[in-house]
Amino acid sequence: MQLMGVGIPILSVITYIPLLGALAIVFFLPKEKTGAIKSIATLVAVVDFVVSLPLWFLFERGKDGYQFVERASWIPSLGVDYHFGIDGISLLLILLTTLMGVIAVVCSYTAIGERQKEYYVLLLLLQTFMIGTFCALDLFLFYVFWEVMLVPMYFLIGVWGSDRRLYAAIKFFLYTLAGSVLMLLGIIALYFYNTTGFLGYKGLGSSPTFSIEKLTAVAAAMPAELQIWLFFAFFFGFAIKVPMFPFHTWLPDAHTEAPTAGSVILAAVLLKMGTYGFVRFSLPMFPDAINTPWVRGIVVTLAIVGIVYGAMVTLVQKDMKRLIAYSSVSHLGFVMLGVFALNMAGLQGGILQMVNHGISTGALFLLVGMAYERRHTRMISEYGGLARQMPIYATYFLVMALSSMGLPLLNGFIGEFAILQGAFAVSFWWAFFAATGIVLGAAYLLWLYQRVFFGEITNPANAGLADLTGREQLTLVPLVVVALWIGLYPRPMFDVLRRPAEKIVEAVGGKTLPNPALAREPAPAAGTPREAAAP
Amino acid sequence: MKVAAADWFLLSPELFLTAAGLLILSISVFVEKAKEEFLAFLALLATAITIGLVAFLSGYHGRSEPILGGMFVLDNFAVFFKLLMLISIALTILASIQFVGRAAYPAGEYYALLLFTGVGMLFMVSGNNLVSIYVALELMALSSYILAGYFKGEIKSTEAALKYFVLGAFSSGVLLYGLSLVYGVAGRMGLPELAKLFETQEKSNLLIVGILLILAGLLFKIAAVPFHVWTPDVYEGSPTPVTAFFSVGPKLAAYAILARIFYVAFPKFHSDWGLIVALVSAATMVFGNLAALLQTNVKRMLAYSSIAHAGYALMGVLGFRTEFGLWGILVYLLAYAFMNFGVFALVVFLETKGYAAESVSDFNGLAKRNMTAAVVMLVFLLSLAGIPPTAGFIGKYYLFTSAMKAGYAWLAVLAVLMSAVSLFYYFRIAAAMFFSEGEGVPLKSSYALTAAVLICATATIVIGVAPQPFVEMLRACVIKAP
Repeated sequence: MQLMGVGIPILSVITYIPLLGALAIVFFLPKEKTGAIKSIATLVAVVDFVVSLPLWFLFERGKDGYQFVERASWIPSLGVDYHFGIDGISLLLILLTTLMGVIAVVCSYTAIGERQKEYYVLLLLLQTFMIGTFCALDLFLFYVFWEVMLVPMYFLIGVWGSDRRLYAAIKFFLYTLAGSVLMLLGIIALYFYNTTGFLGYKGLGSSPTFSIEKLTAVAAAMPAELQIWLFFAFFFGFAIKVPMFPFHTWLPDAHTEAPTAGSVILAAVLLKMGTYGFVRFSLPMFPDAINTPWVRGIVVTLAIVGIVYGAMVTLVQKDMKRLIAYSSVSHLGFVMLGVFALNMAGLQGGILQMVNHGISTGALFLLVGMAYERRHTRMISEYGGLARQMPIYATYFLVMALSSMGLPLLNGFIGEFAILQGAFAVSFWWAFFAATGIVLGAAYLLWLYQRVFFGEITNPANAGLADLTGREQLTLVPLVVVALWIGLYPRPMFDVLRRPAEKIVEAVGGKTLPNPALAREPAPAAGTPREAAAP
Repeated sequence: MKVAAADWFLLSPELFLTAAGLLILSISVFVEKAKEEFLAFLALLATAITIGLVAFLSGYHGRSEPILGGMFVLDNFAVFFKLLMLISIALTILASIQFVGRAAYPAGEYYALLLFTGVGMLFMVSGNNLVSIYVALELMALSSYILAGYFKGEIKSTEAALKYFVLGAFSSGVLLYGLSLVYGVAGRMGLPELAKLFETQEKSNLLIVGILLILAGLLFKIAAVPFHVWTPDVYEGSPTPVTAFFSVGPKLAAYAILARIFYVAFPKFHSDWGLIVALVSAATMVFGNLAALLQTNVKRMLAYSSIAHAGYALMGVLGFRTEFGLWGILVYLLAYAFMNFGVFALVVFLETKGYAAESVSDFNGLAKRNMTAAVVMLVFLLSLAGIPPTAGFIGKYYLFTSAMKAGYAWLAVLAVLMSAVSLFYYFRIAAAMFFSEGEGVPLKSSYALTAAVLICATATIVIGVAPQPFVEMLRACVIKAP
């Protein structure tokens, strides 16, 4: 980025501001000064968010390829570069990350009582690693960020989590690590295929590189059989992170045990790493593998099972946090279905739904955390009639629940609608099963809302609960604003996503049908499925 | 045989270290117990000077000549190992000062033996002849048996020494038997001469048996399954700084001669030993990791962990006739030396604070009592588990690439899954340090030990974040397979 004639590596700046903030706290603030630590952490997160905003305005929508590119040699012996750059997909996810970073810090002021210094340091470190993952254009660099990210999250869950935190933390770490080391082998195989060959495959003899652009082209031209092997090597890494059924079992534990900010970050950003991986790597790299019917069949089946099974398990949850955690399995199943529809509507919808899920589910975790701070329980049965006692809280909860279930005018609708469009274009049954997921989604959220907020206050412990404070509302307002913005006027989002999505769909050999949800011209079909899709 | 002056010059690090060891041994008689730190200082100084000598010789253009009629060579490979082993000795001395100072045994012998072990190792990695390698190995081994039993009043230490001695002597016997068979077939001992002979000669069964016995003897020394049984007991019973040293120094030397013997003398038979090494590697990483999962004693857990790491390291020997060759194992050993020593150094730290370091619970709440120690320990654990951006990740990356390149994809898959398993037990320590409540008394470390730990931690992070200069340097250190 040019600023007054000087080139500024803005992506690195955004990535490392939180790291510098964390180091400043480590070295200059004693742990007793909790007030100062909170202020600095907030300041750093806000600055990071503000610095990331120009990306949205300076990003050139119609342009192909990556923007704001930074490149320097890092390990020349291996061909590893320090290579940053973003396209529309990473742009949205980075903005989501920096926004959620602020919210995660602010929502922790009162929730975190002990070892505050370590807490904020870890939160800021996590922020750096997450942004770095989205910026990296070098597979090696990507892998480094992808993996090191697990460490702060492990500690956030393990130290500040609730009762079964140790179990949840190590389960989270082991699951995701097991997946990502297989991905590492896939990366190594790709590297050798590009250079000297391996296991009987003749290499291309190119100079060693980990450049994602270069390796994507190389991978897409590989024999289909090798593509399938590598697709599955990457698949485990991403599918565990998403998480797709049946690799999802770490998620309810991690979410439930994590402190509120941990759950928010986990839901809003960390889960997106998996779907981002599919979109950035699996689709353009392994088109032949994906177009192999059984491979795509497996992935789509798992996605649909995730949607329906996730929603059904969500219905029976007694713990609010666990309920929302399981709803993530269902929602991410949607994203995967959209992505693997391999058409514009599905892909754009899937990517947008990643953002939407971050906002809605992130907000719901925040809201549950607020209730937990007041009552120190997450059991639904402990609540009831909160609407009378905490009307503001009830309103926010309603908006976010509606957004999560995909009500028109709110963000969730746009994403789900586009995904259904995309799925329908491929198969009626895909759309059918996905639609049942939406119905079940409405059921579990409305039922949850009814049990927690309606009726008389039966539990005397709920009688004296204070409504939301100004600070708490401050964390929710931006999410509501974004939810409404995407719900009412999603076009800027689709504009940003169009070029990258077109490229990916072209790469994977799908049809670049215009996306009806884009509403460039009034789409005639938009009227009927709207009612059908969002009961 | 005519011995040229240049030979003595090229052997000056070994000769100097021997002299220093003898000097420390003789003056220790006159040094009171309270002033034994002076001996440690002398030993440290001697090690530093030796490092300087090796570094100086590495820039000497005449060093490519064979030494003492081809008994020894001073190639880049040897220089790398010498430097790394001398650094491990220096670290051991730093980690020992307080530990040995508190014990009731004379320190002079301790430091002298450490230096003698060092002399053996320096000769070993230079050895270019089966006889010189064997003699050097015995010099190293005999000194280390005594070091293991240095706390002679303690049953565990004595037991460790006895076990180490009996099994070590047995494995040396196996090795020697193998050497004698090879000599019987070939009629010569120099590694390059053997290779030249085998170029034309067909292999015989006797020769294969000899090679396998040599392999078995060396696998004993690096504690690979099924020759690992001595390790947990010896590591548990030995004084902890000695354990730290055993897990690094002698192992490095054993890897070095394994690589040199098999790359220089037996390249022609790599199809015979390659698969065996791959199978041993697989068995070692699986067994080491699974056994470590079951341990509650920290020293035993780390012993099994270092067995598992021997399994990983063996993958680096497989990259035969690929562009990687020994590169992978060199990068890995560089990382391993620092991270593994660092982990043991922190166990030493707890022991000097009166903890037995027997169980993981000794680490409880360490984060509250000494945050730096806990964070540094975490760095070592992450590195051992191969999480970026640490040296361990770079090392493992090279090993996985070598195995893939050499066609052992199944081994690479096994290795990555096993490193995920290893995280589970490494993070039992991490969890104890950060999640458990411990007594709130702050723990302070001695300066020497702090220095040792910080050197290891810095190396672990720097190699992980900026590996380029190190890997490029190591590329020049591999032995080229003919």
